[in-house]
Amino acid sequence: MESTRSLRMAAWLGWQIESNWASPFMFAIYSIAKPVAGALILVLMYMVIAQGGLQHPLFPQIFVGNAFYIYVAMVLMGVSQAVIEDRERYGMLKYVYVAPLNVHAFLLGRGLTQATMATVAVLIMLFFGIIVLGIPMPPATVDWGMLFVAWLFGLAGLAFQGIFLAGISLITARHGYYIGDAVAGALYLLCGAVFPIDVLPRPLQLVGQALPLTYWLEALRRALLGDGAGELLSSLSDRVLLLILAGSMVLLAVLSVAFYRWAENRAREKGLIDMQTMY
Amino acid sequence: MSSPSRWEIFRRTVMGRAYPRVVGMQRERSWLFFDTLLPLLQVSAFVFIYRAIQAPPEFTGFVVLGGAMTAYWLNVLWSMAAQFYWEKETGNLELYIIAPTSLMAILLGMAIGGMVGTTVRAAAVITLGLLIFRIEVSIVSVPQLLGVFLLTLLALYGLGMLFSSLFLLYGRQASHLSNLLQEPVFLVSGFYFPVRALGFIPALGASVIPITLGLDAMRQLLFPTMMAQFRFLDVRIELGALAVLSIGFLWLARRALSYMEALSRREGRLTIRGQ
Repeated sequence: MESTRSLRMAAWLGWQIESNWASPFMFAIYSIAKPVAGALILVLMYMVIAQGGLQHPLFPQIFVGNAFYIYVAMVLMGVSQAVIEDRERYGMLKYVYVAPLNVHAFLLGRGLTQATMATVAVLIMLFFGIIVLGIPMPPATVDWGMLFVAWLFGLAGLAFQGIFLAGISLITARHGYYIGDAVAGALYLLCGAVFPIDVLPRPLQLVGQALPLTYWLEALRRALLGDGAGELLSSLSDRVLLLILAGSMVLLAVLSVAFYRWAENRAREKGLIDMQTMY
Repeated sequence: MSSPSRWEIFRRTVMGRAYPRVVGMQRERSWLFFDTLLPLLQVSAFVFIYRAIQAPPEFTGFVVLGGAMTAYWLNVLWSMAAQFYWEKETGNLELYIIAPTSLMAILLGMAIGGMVGTTVRAAAVITLGLLIFRIEVSIVSVPQLLGVFLLTLLALYGLGMLFSSLFLLYGRQASHLSNLLQEPVFLVSGFYFPVRALGFIPALGASVIPITLGLDAMRQLLFPTMMAQFRFLDVRIELGALAVLSIGFLWLARRALSYMEALSRREGRLTIRGQ
């Protein structure tokens, strides 16, 4: 009951913070401009260099990976930045701890807002890809069941990774403000979002193969396009991919909650819950 | 004891505002990881995109240079443009207003401190990028390269000072607008690809952002052979344009600051928090 209420109120609060600074029109522009600009960077890179430009066989895989990667940055940032913002900007974190709410549910609720916004951005990107760039994704060929299950498992895993980063934010200075963004940027390299992990040096390939995100993007590509990217993961069946996602989600849940508890205790010991480091 | 002169107060204000950004930011060692290693990983992603599509090796250099320059743009957005909003929220802005100094000196101190602090980070990213990816550069002219770099920074932070002035009026819109100006500017300024790929007219429009011209000129001076087919304007024209932008933005920042401060006082927005 307390968790549900915490989740619900945190989601409402997150939505108010994210949206009530602008008119609906301005907010719509804001929500569309960023993801489309990110997609166009990739488009132009392909147009300038790749043989065949947007007809390059890799392009649809890369576009879909890039589109769904929006979730990674926004969810990781949304959950981890909630700690920094509430502590440094609003000075409310200590009151969050004093209030009768479940902190984990509170953080997940803040992440839920970002996930909702990310969903809109991803859909805009996919429609942009289909309508403007001509990426073939006929509804009849999409594996909707696999798409939904993979999406759900991956999103849950991301939320728990966000909890983990929130724990780090709790015990670091304001540099941690960008931790979600920075980690998302690092994962961008390793998880095959915008190129097959086959092109990475072998040690980095191994790191990539250890990341749940790699399998998440592979599953989404197979569901939408009928095919994944690269050779390394092609030997895994759809069922195995989904099992990997489910298992990693459970593991991340356990590890993230345990780590956050440890960080919380450390923050209490060192008096970091209400520290101010913005200068 | 005689009072310090106006210029002495100005100087002390600049140094005082620059000090936390140069010294204080280095005290938390976490910046070594968050501000250098992680951005380098992000840059590496773009390097591998180009490798996956078999781009010429010079494009690796383009990406590393562009990636390093993103540090400056992000610093302008978050440590300049949105800073007065932040100061308003923490209650420092009214202290700045009643202090016997000018807001221009405070902005200048923020700019200088930001430039120095960010240069450390950008230099680390470039150095590591050059070493890890074994990028070969052919510097055409060191004085021109330094001139382009310094003028780019001057114009960029002049723009940052202008943004600071404009954002004085804003509430929470300030941080969201700063957020909005990330990816679209990375796109139109050609951070990760030659800006000429956008077409001449769009690139010309994007030249109002100093990094557009600065990046193009630096790439021409570091990778002259490849940039011969991708250059936007001649380096000398870009140098001249950057000089004009520097002067223009600094002048506009001064005018905007006076106007916005007066407007904010009239509308009572200088001390509003949680807008």
